[in-house]
Amino acid sequence: MSSGSGFGDEKGGSSSVGEPEYGHDPASGGIFSSDYKRHDDLKEMLDSNKDSLKLEAMKRIVAMIARGKNASDLFPAVVKNVACKNIEVKKLVYVYLVRYAEEQQDLALLSISTFQRGLKDPNQLIRASALRVLSSIRVTIIVPIMMLAIKEAASDMSPYVRKTAAHAIPKLYSLDPEQKDQLIEVIEKLLADKTTLVAGSVVMAFEEVCPERIDLIHKNYRKLCNLLIDVEEWGQVVIINMLTRYARTQFLNPNVNESLLEESGEKAFYGSDDEEGKEEKAEAAALAKRKPYVMDPDHRLLLRNTKPLLQSRNAAVVMAVAQLYFHLAPKAEVGVIAKALVRLMRSHSEVQYVVLQNVATMTIKRRGMFEPYLKSFYIRSTDPTQIKILKLEVLTNLANETNISTILREFQTYIKSMDKDFVAATIQAIGRCATNIGEVRDTCLNGLVQLLSNRDELVVAESVVVIKKLLQMQPEQHSDIIKHMAKLTDNIQVPMARASILWLIGEYCEHVPKIAPDVLRKMAKTFTNEEDIVKLQIINLAAKLYLTNSKQTKLLTQYVLNLAKYDQNYDIRDRARFIRQLIVPTDKSGALSKYAKKLFLALKPAPVLESPFKDRDHFQLGSLSHLLNAKAGGYQELPDWPETAPDPSVRNVELEDVITTSEGRIGLLGDWREVPEWTKCSSREKRKEKKVEKPFYSDSEEESGPTESADSESDSASGSGSGSESEESGSGSESEESREESESEQEDKEDEEDKRKKKKKTDRGKVKAPAVESPESEESSGAEEKNRAQKVKGRRSGSESESEEEEESESESSRSESESESESESDTDAKKKKKAPVTKPPPKQAKKESKKEKKEMSLLDLDDFEPTPSPQVTPVNNFLSSSLVTDLEGLSLTDTVMAPTTIAPSGSVKTYELLHRITGEGLGVEYCFSRQPFSPDAHMVAVQIMFTNNTNAETKNLHVEDPKLQSGMRIKEFPEIELLPPGEMVTVVMGIDFCDSTQAANFQLCTHIRKFFVSIQPPVGELMMPVFMTENEFKKEQGQLMGMNEISEKLTLGEKCQNEHGIVQRVTSAANVSRVPCGSDKECRFAGKTVSSGILVLVTVATKEERAAQLTVNCEKMVIGTMLVKDILQALTQ
Amino acid sequence: MIHSLFLINSSSDIFLEKHWKSVISRSVCDYFFEVQEKAGEAENVPPVIHAGHHYLINIYREKIFFVSVIQSEVPPLFVIEFLHHVAETFQDYFGECSESAIKDNVVIVYELLEEMLDNGFPLATESNILKELIKPPNILRSVVNSITGSCNVGETLPTGQLSTIPWRRAGVKYTNNEAYFDVVEEIDAILDKTGSVVFAEIQGVIDACVNLTGMPDLTLSFMNPRLLDDVSFHPCVRFKRWESERVLSFIPPDGNFRLLSYHVSAQNLVAIPIYVKQNISFFETGSSGRLDITVGPKQTMGKTVEAVFVTINMPKVVLSANLTATQGNYTYNPVTKTLVWDIGKLSQQKLPNLKGSLTLQCGAPKPEESPSLNIDLKIQQLAISGLKVNRLDMYGEKYKPFKGVKYVSKAGKFQCMAITIWLYIFTNKENSHLKC
Repeated sequence: MSSGSGFGDEKGGSSSVGEPEYGHDPASGGIFSSDYKRHDDLKEMLDSNKDSLKLEAMKRIVAMIARGKNASDLFPAVVKNVACKNIEVKKLVYVYLVRYAEEQQDLALLSISTFQRGLKDPNQLIRASALRVLSSIRVTIIVPIMMLAIKEAASDMSPYVRKTAAHAIPKLYSLDPEQKDQLIEVIEKLLADKTTLVAGSVVMAFEEVCPERIDLIHKNYRKLCNLLIDVEEWGQVVIINMLTRYARTQFLNPNVNESLLEESGEKAFYGSDDEEGKEEKAEAAALAKRKPYVMDPDHRLLLRNTKPLLQSRNAAVVMAVAQLYFHLAPKAEVGVIAKALVRLMRSHSEVQYVVLQNVATMTIKRRGMFEPYLKSFYIRSTDPTQIKILKLEVLTNLANETNISTILREFQTYIKSMDKDFVAATIQAIGRCATNIGEVRDTCLNGLVQLLSNRDELVVAESVVVIKKLLQMQPEQHSDIIKHMAKLTDNIQVPMARASILWLIGEYCEHVPKIAPDVLRKMAKTFTNEEDIVKLQIINLAAKLYLTNSKQTKLLTQYVLNLAKYDQNYDIRDRARFIRQLIVPTDKSGALSKYAKKLFLALKPAPVLESPFKDRDHFQLGSLSHLLNAKAGGYQELPDWPETAPDPSVRNVELEDVITTSEGRIGLLGDWREVPEWTKCSSREKRKEKKVEKPFYSDSEEESGPTESADSESDSASGSGSGSESEESGSGSESEESREESESEQEDKEDEEDKRKKKKKTDRGKVKAPAVESPESEESSGAEEKNRAQKVKGRRSGSESESEEEEESESESSRSESESESESESDTDAKKKKKAPVTKPPPKQAKKESKKEKKEMSLLDLDDFEPTPSPQVTPVNNFLSSSLVTDLEGLSLTDTVMAPTTIAPSGSVKTYELLHRITGEGLGVEYCFSRQPFSPDAHMVAVQIMFTNNTNAETKNLHVEDPKLQSGMRIKEFPEIELLPPGEMVTVVMGIDFCDSTQAANFQLCTHIRKFFVSIQPPVGELMMPVFMTENEFKKEQGQLMGMNEISEKLTLGEKCQNEHGIVQRVTSAANVSRVPCGSDKECRFAGKTVSSGILVLVTVATKEERAAQLTVNCEKMVIGTMLVKDILQALTQ
Repeated sequence: MIHSLFLINSSSDIFLEKHWKSVISRSVCDYFFEVQEKAGEAENVPPVIHAGHHYLINIYREKIFFVSVIQSEVPPLFVIEFLHHVAETFQDYFGECSESAIKDNVVIVYELLEEMLDNGFPLATESNILKELIKPPNILRSVVNSITGSCNVGETLPTGQLSTIPWRRAGVKYTNNEAYFDVVEEIDAILDKTGSVVFAEIQGVIDACVNLTGMPDLTLSFMNPRLLDDVSFHPCVRFKRWESERVLSFIPPDGNFRLLSYHVSAQNLVAIPIYVKQNISFFETGSSGRLDITVGPKQTMGKTVEAVFVTINMPKVVLSANLTATQGNYTYNPVTKTLVWDIGKLSQQKLPNLKGSLTLQCGAPKPEESPSLNIDLKIQQLAISGLKVNRLDMYGEKYKPFKGVKYVSKAGKFQCMAITIWLYIFTNKENSHLKC
C-alpha cells in the first residue's frame, strides 16, 4: 500500500495544485534533468566530511519535503548519516527517515541498529528519542523489534521513556493490528503507572487500540481522577472524554428519579391493556421512589476532580469538562459549566463556532442553564456570518415568555444588518419564536408583515416563507394578510416567495374568494416566464380553484394546464397531465377523480419549526460526530445509563478491598458533601512535593494525611458491617453508635489509645451525625436524647435477652466513657470490649465473668441510685485509672442517660457554685458546662444547673427572671420546676449565648418565695465546641491565622502531664476542643470553634526535651486566644 | 489524532505540508478549496469540513489557513486549540506568523512541528521546553551559525520535559532580574442610539514578562480579587491557593506568558468611558445624506482617553463623504465603504465632532439601515474594572527583582447600534394589539 501510493500521491498532488507552484520552483514540474543534477550536488554534500555541508544539504532536503516535493531518491545518501554526531543533522535525518521509510523499506532497515543501540543508552532522553523514531518508521518487518522495544520501555525507570512507549503503542497498532493482544497487555501495565507524565499518553493509546476494554480502567479509575489536574492539558482532554464514557457504563443516572417520574406519568397516560403490567409499573415506580438515589462516591469523585478544570486556559479542556457535566452530573449541578462556556466565546472564532454548536444543543435540553447569559449571545455586526447564525440559534432556543420581548427587540436590529444571509436567518428565527411562544405570535406576524414592504427582496421573500408557515397555524384570522400578500405577487420576484404566496392563496382560497381567481389570471399571463417552482404552484392554485370555484376559473385552469402541457420541464408536464386527469371530469376519468377535493384540499398539518440541533445530544457533546451530526469514524457511542449499577467494588484497589458495603460509602459521601474544599483538594500546591509519591488511591483522604486513608476507610467499613450485624433491631442512632464503637475498638487492638482517638475523630467527622447524636457518647444530656435512649432500651429489652442487653449497655457505656474522658485504657480492656458488639454469643464466656462485678453495679445503679457521687469520685487527675473504674464511671453515665430528666455531671466536668446553700436559704444551686450542643439554639452554650433542696420544706416554682445581660447575649431559660421536694435534687439545662465573651450572665433565680441574684461566668474554654478536622485542614487553617492571630507561650509541663495522654487530657478539660490527628508524636493539636460565632480556635502543644513545651493558640479573636493560652498554660503546668 | 497539516496562503497555495502518520495526498485539500470558494470570505469557512474519508479541521490566522487532516473521531476543539498553539509558537519564534516568515524558517518550522506532535498526539507544547529543544532564530545566531556551522538545535538535552514544572526551563540566568505584569482590560459594549448601554462587560488578561534567575516562586495578590468573576489560569497557577485565599501563587515560565484571563461580570456596573452622539440620515430626495457624530468622555476616573478611533461601515450606496472634523482627521475608503475617524486624545473642554454630508449613488434607493459605529480607544494607567494589584512577593530566590505593573484599558468589541424604523412600527403594533 505504501510506496506505490506514496509516489502516486506525490504526482497527483503536484498536478492538482501544481499550477501556482511552477512559478516558484521550476524544478518541481518536470524538468527532470535539473532535478537530478541538484540532487547530485546534495548527495555530494551529504557524503562530505563536513558537518556544515551535511547540515546545509539536510536543510534543503527538509525544505523540499515541506513543500511536498519528492526527495525519495536521496534515501541511500541520507540514511548513511543516521549516526552523525551533529545533533541537528541527526534530527533532520530522522525527519527524512520517518517520511520516506515506508517507501524504501529495505534501505530503512540499515538504520535500525542505530536505534537499537540508542534504546540501551543510559540517558533517558536518548532512549526515548530512539524509541520514538524507531516506532515511527513504518516498516512491517521490524514489528517484532518494535514490540520488544515497547515492552522494555514500558517498564523503564524513567517516566519519560514510559510516556514514549505509550505513544508508540498506537503507532505499532496501526502498522500491525495483529499485535493487539500483546499491546493491550502493555497498555494495562502502563495504565497502572502513577505518574502524570504517562497518564495522558496511555489513555490516548487505550482509546486508539482498545476503547472497548473498559474493564481495564476499573482499577485505575480513582487514580486517574486524582491525577487529572496535574496531567498536561492535552492528556486531560483525552482522559476526561474517556472517563465520561466509563462513568456512563458504571454509575446510575443521577437524574433517574426525575426521569422515572416522567416516564411513569407518560405510561399512565397512554394506558396499557393489561392491568397487571400497569400494576407492576406502578410498583416499580413506587420502589424507585422509596429507594432514594445515592450517588456512587466514585461518580462524585469524578465530578469533583474535574470541576476545577473549568478554569483551564485550554478551550478543549473546558469543553471536555462541560460535556462531562452535561452527560453525567445531576441536573442541579450542570449549571456550573455555563459560565466557563460563555467565557470561551471570547476566544478565536473557530473556538466560538464549536462552542456555540455545543451550547445550541445544550440549550435545547437545559435552557435554564444559559438564560442568565442571554446577553452574551447578542450578535455583533463584526461577527462572521456562521457565528451570527449560531448565536441566533442559541437566542431562539433561549426564548421564552419572559425574555421574548428583549429578544425580539434584539432581532429587530438584526433585520437591518447588511449581511443578507443573516437577515434571512433572523426572519426564520422570528418565525420559530412565534410558533413556540403563542403570546407573541400576533406581534411577530405583524412585524413580519411589515417586512413585506421592505425594499430588499431577499428579506421580503424570507418573510413570505415564514409567514406562510405561521399562517398555516390559524388561517381564518388572517385573511387580510393573505390579501396583502396576494398584492405582493406584482412585485416580488424571488421564486420561493412567489411560490409560497401562490400556495397560500390556493390553500386558503375560501378565505379570499374574490382575489384568488384574479391572482390566477395574472399568473396565467406570466406563466411562461416563471421559474419552475412557481409554475408548479400556479398549476396547484389552478387545480384548487377549479375544485372550489369552477365557474370562474374553469377556462383559466384549462389555459394553464395547456401551457404546462408544453413546458420544457418534464416535471411540470407530468404534473399538468396528472392534475388534468384528476380534476377535469372526463368520460373515462379514473376512480380517483371523485376524491380530487380530498386530495387537494385536505387539511394540512402546520409545519413544526424546530431547531436543527434537536436530538443532537445523543452524540457525545464536544465530539467531532456531534459537530457534523453524523457518526465519524472511530466514534465511540456514549452508552446509556445502566439499569442497575455494576459492582462498584471493581474499582477498589487491593489495599482497600475492605470497603464493599454501601453503608461505608454513604459515610464517605456525606463527608464529601459537607466539605466542599474537596473540590479544591487536588491542589497544584502539592504538585511540587507530592506529585509522584502521592498515594494514588487516596481519593477521599487526600486531606487527611497519607497514613490515614486506608485505615479510616476500613474503619467505616468494618463499622457498618458490625453495626448491621449486632443491632438489626436498633434505631438509626443506635447503629450509628455501635458502628463508631466497633470502629474505635477495632483500632484499639492494634494501636494505642491516642491513635485510636485520632482515628475515631476523623471518622466521626466523616459520618457527622446530626448534632445531637454524635457527641452523645460524651456526657449525654438533652431531653430528646434521653427519651430516645430510653425508647431504644425499652425496645431492645423487649426483643433481646436480659443479659445481652446488659452487655450492650455496658460496652456502650464504657465506650462512651472512654471517648469522653480521653483517658487511657488498658489494652485488655479494649480487646474485651471489642468483642461485645462484633461477635455475638459464643466467645462471650470469659468476658462475662470478668464483667460480672460491673454488671452488678449497673443493676444496682439502675434500681437504687440516681446519680450518686460514688462512681464519680474518680479523681479527675487519675488518668491511669483502672479499666474497671472507667467502666464503672461509664456505667453510671449511661444509666443517667436513661433517667428521665436528670443528667449527672461526670467526674471530668467541673462544677461551679451558683448559689450557696446558706445564702440560698437551704437551696443549693450548682452549675456545670455539659459540653453538649444546646439543641434549641446552636449558638448557645448549654449550662447544666443542679438544684438541691436542703430544707425541710418544698421549694416551688423555680424559674429564671429578669436576666441582665450584656448586649447581644441571649438566654434560653430552663422550664420552670414546679416542685422540689425536701432533700431532693433536680437538674435542668439552660442555654446561654455568651457572644464569645467571658462576661457573666446575670439573672434572678426565683422560687415561690424568694429571688436570688446569681451570675454565670464561663471559663473561656467552655465558649467553644470541638471541630473535627484532618491534619491538613488544620495546617491550612493555621496558615491563615498567623501573625496577630497567633499566640505562643513557652512552658514547663507539670508533673502529671508529661506524656501525650496527660496533655490531651489537660487541654481537653481546660477547653472544649477536640484532638486533631497528627503525624508526629511531638505535637498535640486541637481544634474547636466558638459556639456563638463559630470562629476557629486552634491549639498546638509541641513538646521538647525534658519538660519544656510550647503552646500555640491560633484564633481570630485575640481576647479569646490570650485567655485560652492562660487557661491551658495553667492546666498544663500544674 | 492529527494526521497531517497543510498551510495554505490566501491565494490557495499549499506552501507547507507535514505528515505525522503515513502520507496523505495534498489532493485532500481540494475539498477545502471547494468549501472556501463557497464561503466567500475566509472567516466564513467552517472550521470543520467533511472530506470523504477524512475530516479537515482548519483555523485562519494571519492570512494563513492551517488545515489539519483527521481520520477519526477527535474533539474538534482539541485540534483547533492545538493549531492556534502552533500559530502562537510561530509568532513567538519568528516575531510574526506570516507566510514569508514560515518560508524563511522552514527548517525550524519543521523541527518544531516534529517536536510538538508525536504520531499526531501533542508531545512538547510548552514554549519553554521547545526553546530548549530548538533555539529561536536571531540575527546574531544566524551569523554565527553560518560562520561556525553550528546549529540551532539545542546541544544540551532538554530536561524540562522531565521536570514536575514542565513550563519552566531549568538553569535560567539573568543579570537584570525583572518581572513585569500588564493588566489589560477590554470593554465589550453595545450601546443603542440614545447612548444607553444594551450590554457591557469587561474581559481582562494579565500578561507577564518574567525574566528571573533560578526557580522563583511568585505570589501576586490583588486589592480587590472578588471583582474577578470568572478566571482561567496558566497551568502554573496553584488553583487551590486561589480558591482559598484569592492569591495567585506560581512558579512562572521563563519569558512572556499569559498568567490569567478573567471576566468581570455584567452584574458589576461597567463604567463606559465615553459617550457618542450620532446622527446619520439619508434624504429621501436627492442622493445625499448627513452625518453628525460627537464623542465625549464619560467615566474615565481622571485619566485621558487616548487613541480614539471611530469606524463606520457605510451602506454600499455611499459614494463619498465630505466632512469636517473639529479634531483629528477622517478617511473614507470608497472600496470597502469604511469611514475611519482618527480622533486621538479626548479632551473635556472641546468635544470632537465630525459633521458633513454624504454623497450617495445616483438613483439608488436610500439605504434603510443606519450603520453602526465601532469604537476603539485606550486608557493608560487604568484598569476600567478597578482591579488593582496589591503586591508581588518572591520566594525561593535571594536576589531582589525589579517589579512592574502596568494597566491599560481598551475598547474590545465596542459598538454603537442604531435604532431602526422597524422597531417603531413594531412597538406601534404592539400597542394597538394591547388596545384591542
